[in-house]
Amino acid sequence: MGSTGEGLGRRDLIKRSAALGLITVPTMSFLSACASGGAENSTKGPDKAAVTKENPFGVAKGGKLDVVVFKGGFGDDYAKAWEAAFDKKWGTTSSHLGTQEITAKLQPRFNGGTPPDVVDDSGAQKIPLDVLGKGGQLAELNAVLDAPSLDDPSKKVRDTLVDGAVEQGMLGGKYLVLKYVYAVFGFWYSGKLFKEKGWAPPKTWDEFLDVCTKAKDAGIGGLAHQGKFPYYINVVIMDLIAKKGGPDAVKAIDNLEPNAFEGNAAALAAVEAVYEVVEKGLLMPGTNGLTHTESQTAWNQYKAAFIPCGSWLENEQLKQTPEDFDMKFLPVPLLADSKMPLAAIRAGVDEPFIVPEKAANKAAALEFLRSMLSREWSTIFAQQANSLTVVKDGVDPGVKLRPGTQAAVEALKAAGTNTFSYRYPDWYSEMDTEIQNASNELMAQRIQPKEWIKRAQAAVNKAAQDPNAKNNKRS
Amino acid sequence: MSHVAQGRGKYGFIAGFLFAPLALYLTFVIWPYVQTFGYSFTNWTGQSPTFDFVGTDNYAALLKDEVFRGALWHNLLLLVFVPLVTILLALFFAFMVNAGGRGGAGGVQGVGGSRFYKVVYFFPQVLSLAILSVLFGAIYRSDEGGLLNGFLTGLGLIDANHPVEWLNEPNLVLWCLLLVVVWHGVGFYLVLFSAAMQSVPKDVYEAALLDGAGRAQTFFKVTLPLLWDSVQTSAVYLGIAAMDMFVLVSTMTSGQFGGGPDHHSEVMSTVLMRNFLYFGKSGYACAMGVVMLALTMILSVITLRATRRERIEF
Repeated sequence: MGSTGEGLGRRDLIKRSAALGLITVPTMSFLSACASGGAENSTKGPDKAAVTKENPFGVAKGGKLDVVVFKGGFGDDYAKAWEAAFDKKWGTTSSHLGTQEITAKLQPRFNGGTPPDVVDDSGAQKIPLDVLGKGGQLAELNAVLDAPSLDDPSKKVRDTLVDGAVEQGMLGGKYLVLKYVYAVFGFWYSGKLFKEKGWAPPKTWDEFLDVCTKAKDAGIGGLAHQGKFPYYINVVIMDLIAKKGGPDAVKAIDNLEPNAFEGNAAALAAVEAVYEVVEKGLLMPGTNGLTHTESQTAWNQYKAAFIPCGSWLENEQLKQTPEDFDMKFLPVPLLADSKMPLAAIRAGVDEPFIVPEKAANKAAALEFLRSMLSREWSTIFAQQANSLTVVKDGVDPGVKLRPGTQAAVEALKAAGTNTFSYRYPDWYSEMDTEIQNASNELMAQRIQPKEWIKRAQAAVNKAAQDPNAKNNKRS
Repeated sequence: MSHVAQGRGKYGFIAGFLFAPLALYLTFVIWPYVQTFGYSFTNWTGQSPTFDFVGTDNYAALLKDEVFRGALWHNLLLLVFVPLVTILLALFFAFMVNAGGRGGAGGVQGVGGSRFYKVVYFFPQVLSLAILSVLFGAIYRSDEGGLLNGFLTGLGLIDANHPVEWLNEPNLVLWCLLLVVVWHGVGFYLVLFSAAMQSVPKDVYEAALLDGAGRAQTFFKVTLPLLWDSVQTSAVYLGIAAMDMFVLVSTMTSGQFGGGPDHHSEVMSTVLMRNFLYFGKSGYACAMGVVMLALTMILSVITLRATRRERIEF
């Protein structure tokens, strides 16, 4: 479950089921049709030009560039603008595909050895990165990091990125994925509603419950969450664990430690805190069964005080948000004795761009990635997609931001170095799914916090048997 | 092909016509099955052409996979209820529409307005499953905005603060899905059974009526035996549909490719797809595919055998 890519109608049922329907009917033949592409490698590729300082990968003039992007919450206009700029500079001919059906369109090409050159592998139907990485299908991108930055040739690209950007693109010990969008996670609320009711943004979990209770008394739901996709409530649980237990608690989970959840006081306290919301009836009625758009829209209609989400929320809800809603961001409030300060936030990079190992024009693909990490292209993205990128101060000051994005930028500034992130969803998709299932049961009051801990630990222990667990380590 | 067509005797002639379709069938249907079977013995990830043979490991793991076993159980449950409920309802409606009217001087006829009903009943069949899932998504929506919840709240049957989360209730979700399938299917089978009923000569009914048979007797002693072939075919079709269920489950329930909450609506195809595309365990998914194929074939044979009866000529 990607995060930043979740756009309007990303899980649009019609499109999704149409796509699924197409691939299901002949499930059996489909299974094999994909596989029967054969292993032959058909890379002939264009001639390479000489490698110079301005052309560190040796892009040949007049080549072709095949770009596929996920057309979700960010649309794909930004990519078209990039491709135009790229073609103009390098004399290439770009072909563009913006789609939600990444897997259906690209899996046969990966299996057949004729993948595109640049892929934005995101959305509900993305090809799991861990699987691509394990299969040796992804090109290493270290060369891009070590190339000179387009903005300041005296600097390496590596040094122009936000902290953690490189680390979070590592799979099995290699830098394989350029996660381009920078997002912060936490709760969101309406500045207008809070002002009207005279509520102060809560700092501790008790204050949070207090606001939820006041909301309930005022006939509004306290907390809304995207129940059909427990990914979001997991953000709250995991952030509470991180803030109470500190960076060690995060590492323990990502590194699949035997006491990641079981016997970890911070984890139990976090789950109990979330469960308290359920137990006290402070959830927006029915929120457990709603999709992300349904619940977010209800929240936009002032039916709930808080909703957890990443900073793509504003762009995703552009059409549903009332003009004077005044979207505000709130870092997940603190439990007692937390090791991180209130301002600490999960700051994640997402929207994974990859270059397939068997790309026909790898040189141009790498150059394309280098250009993405320039201030010019980063600004294009911020203008077209209302979101920040991993380029440090990558947006021209001339661009005016919407209130939610502005709030996110301020929160990021306040957090300083107190940012954290989780890696396990990328590394172990099965474990992530199992924890999500447990959270769904917790929110529906069908299991208790202790049972959640047990199930989450079981998922961790199972993932620890993954042969890749040796390579996926963080410190 | 021409040399075959010129060939000796009528078998060569027939084989000549069958060659092209047979070749297509072998290439696009049988060969993939064979490949799937082959892949089921590997640890293929689905994203790369490289893999190792792991013998029967996948099948051994499948035996222990509780999620898959749960899905199998759900499929079997649906296998019983989808054909049963759909056929019973369709038969009932078809009978009412064709022969359920008052047996007056006019002889055998349907209830009033039966032409209109026939058309209306067929409507659901025109909708694609994708539209159905949106439609029923709105009906089952878990807050007061849902049609069912809104209705029940309005009647005061449920508390607005605790709406029924239809598709998020482990004990309800499968039945909710069953209802959609039945709603979708009844119209088609009604029309099928109607056609079969209309081919039954009127004098058979008239004779029954003269002998003093009531509606129920007419149905069980005359209509049903004469319709048995159609019922049998319907059972097989509906059984296959019940073994699939992929589109509805994957679009309407929570989880990657559906199956939620917590695997309570899981069917074999959703488990298969999740393993195939999301977990990158395609070899394992192929093993599931092989099991599904075997089960579907066994069930089709059983259904055809079990429902075999003497054919009644008329």
